[in-house]
Amino acid sequence: MMTMVLSRLVWCLLFFFTLPSQDVHGAESDEIVAALDDHVVAIDTSFSGSKVLLFGATEGEGDVIVIVRGPSQDEVVRKKDRIMGVWANNDEVVFSGTPVFYNIATSGNLKEMVPATTRQRLELGPDYLNTYLSSQSKGISDLKKEEFWNALLRSKKRDGLYASEATQVKFLGKRLFRADFFFPPNIPIGTYLVYVYLVKDKNVVSSQITPLFVSKIGAEAKIYDFARRHSFAYGIIAVLIALAAGWLASVIFRKK
Amino acid sequence: MNIYLPIAEISVNMFLLLGMGGVVGFLSGMFGVGGGFMMTPLLIFIGVPPTVAVATGANQIVASSVSGVIAHTRRKNVDFKMGLMLLIGGVVGSTSGVWLFSALKALGQIDLVIKLSYVLFLSVIGSLMFVESARALWRKRRGFNTSGTAHKRKDHSGWQHKLPFKMRFRRSKLYISALLPLGVGFVVGILVAIMGVGGGFIMVPAMIYLLGMPTSVVIGTSLFQIIFVTANVTILQAATNQTVDIVLTLLLLLGGVIGAQFGARAGMKLQGEQLRVLLALMVLGVCVKLGFDLMLIPDDLFSLGSDGGA
Repeated sequence: MMTMVLSRLVWCLLFFFTLPSQDVHGAESDEIVAALDDHVVAIDTSFSGSKVLLFGATEGEGDVIVIVRGPSQDEVVRKKDRIMGVWANNDEVVFSGTPVFYNIATSGNLKEMVPATTRQRLELGPDYLNTYLSSQSKGISDLKKEEFWNALLRSKKRDGLYASEATQVKFLGKRLFRADFFFPPNIPIGTYLVYVYLVKDKNVVSSQITPLFVSKIGAEAKIYDFARRHSFAYGIIAVLIALAAGWLASVIFRKK
Repeated sequence: MNIYLPIAEISVNMFLLLGMGGVVGFLSGMFGVGGGFMMTPLLIFIGVPPTVAVATGANQIVASSVSGVIAHTRRKNVDFKMGLMLLIGGVVGSTSGVWLFSALKALGQIDLVIKLSYVLFLSVIGSLMFVESARALWRKRRGFNTSGTAHKRKDHSGWQHKLPFKMRFRRSKLYISALLPLGVGFVVGILVAIMGVGGGFIMVPAMIYLLGMPTSVVIGTSLFQIIFVTANVTILQAATNQTVDIVLTLLLLLGGVIGAQFGARAGMKLQGEQLRVLLALMVLGVCVKLGFDLMLIPDDLFSLGSDGGA
C-alpha cells in the first residue's frame, strides 16, 4: 500500500516537475509522513490548555509547514462608537467560514520558503486566510471589510486562538521533525484538521492531512450535553441544587 | 488549582471562585441584598461571558437567599403576605426580562444595557440611601430622634395611598394598595433577568421608602421573594439561552452560603443607619467603576460577537 502510494507519487512528481530547476535525484521521492501524539484534545474538569506534539519524517531534505485549523463558523465583528458619552456597539460585519482556531508552524522563514501566491492559495498563516462576507454584510466597501477583518485577526490573536507568529518546526537530524502546538483553555470544541506540507525549492511537493478532535469528556461532557438537550430540566435541577445547598447550610449553622 | 467550567467554557482558579462566593455571601447576609450586583461584575471581570455571569448569578442567589431567609424566619422577620404580592409581580417581570434579554443579545447590545442599568440604578439608589442614612446618623449623634417614624407618617398623604385594592399587611403594620408591591415586584423582576441580581438593592429601598415597611421585616421579606424570582430566572435562562453553569454555581454557593451565615450575624450587631451608609458606599463604588469603564476609550473598539462585546 505504502509503496504503491510512493511510486504513484514519484511518477506524478516526475511528470509535473521535470523542469530545469527541479532537483530530481533519480528515485528519491518527496513523501512526508507525520502523526500526532494524541488525536484527541480532551477537555475535562482540570483542563487548562493542552499541548499536542506532531512528529514526522520527510523523504529527502526540505522545509516543513504545519497548519492546525479548527472548524469554520460565522463570526460577528462589532465596532464601538461614542454615543452620548458612552462607548456602544454601533456597527457590525459578519464573516462566514472563519476558522475558530488557526495555528502555524514552519521550519524556516515562510516568506523565503514559498512565494506569496502559494501562501495565499494554501492560506499559510492567519494573514493569508480567505475572507468571506456573509450575505447580510455583502456590499460593504473593501476598506471597511479590511478594517473589520483586521480587528477579527487582532482579537483572535489576543485570545490565543490564532497564531501571532509561526512556531518552530524543529528538525532532529535531516529528516525527522517535530512541532509543538498549544491549545489554550478557551479552545472551541470540534473536528480540527492538521495539514503538513513539504516544501522543496519554493514548491509544495507533498502534503498530508490528519484530523484532531477537540472534545469534552467525562462529567464536563455530560453536563454540557444535558444543558443543551434537556435545558428546561437542567434549569430545574440547578434551582433544586441551590435550594438544597442553602437549606443545608442553615441546618449546619443552627447546630453550632 | 484550576477548574474548567463546562458552560462558561473557561478555566478558572477554584479558590478564587470560593473566595468570591464567600465575600459576596457575607455581604449578602449582612445587608439582605442578593449580592448579585457585586457578583455579576466580578464574574465578568475574571473572564466569564456576561450572559453566563448573569444567568449563573441568579442561580447562586437562590441558594444564598434560602439560608438567609431561614435565618430571618426564625427571628420572625418575614412578611409572607407582602412577599407573595412582590413575588407575583416578580415572576411576571422576570419572565418578560428573560425575553428582553434574548432580544438584546441578538442585537449585540446586551452588555451595554447590563452596564447602563447598573450605572443608572446604582447611582440613584446609592446616593439616595447615602444622603438619607448619613443624615439619620448625624441627627442621632446630636441627640434627635431617628427620622424613621416621622418619615412614615409623612408618606401617608402620598399618591401611593390613593391607589385601589387596599390590603392589610399585619407583620409590616401596613394598610396599602396591593398594586404597590405588585408593581415593585414587576420592575425588580425585569432587573433580575437582565442584570443577574437578586434585586435587593432596589427592593430594600423601595420597601422602606415607597411601601413604608419597617426596616426589621424588609430584609427577610425581600430575601423570601428573591428566592422565587431568581429561581424563575434560572430556569428560563437555562431553557432559552443555555447560560447557567452548574459547576460555577456550586463553587460560588459553597463559599456563598457559609459567608451569608456569618454576614447575617455581623448584620445584627450593626445599627440600621450604619448598615445603610455602608451599603450606600458600596453601591456607589461599583457604580463609579462601571461608569468610568463605559466612558473611557476601550482598548480595542472592535469585539467579536462571541465575546459578547465586553
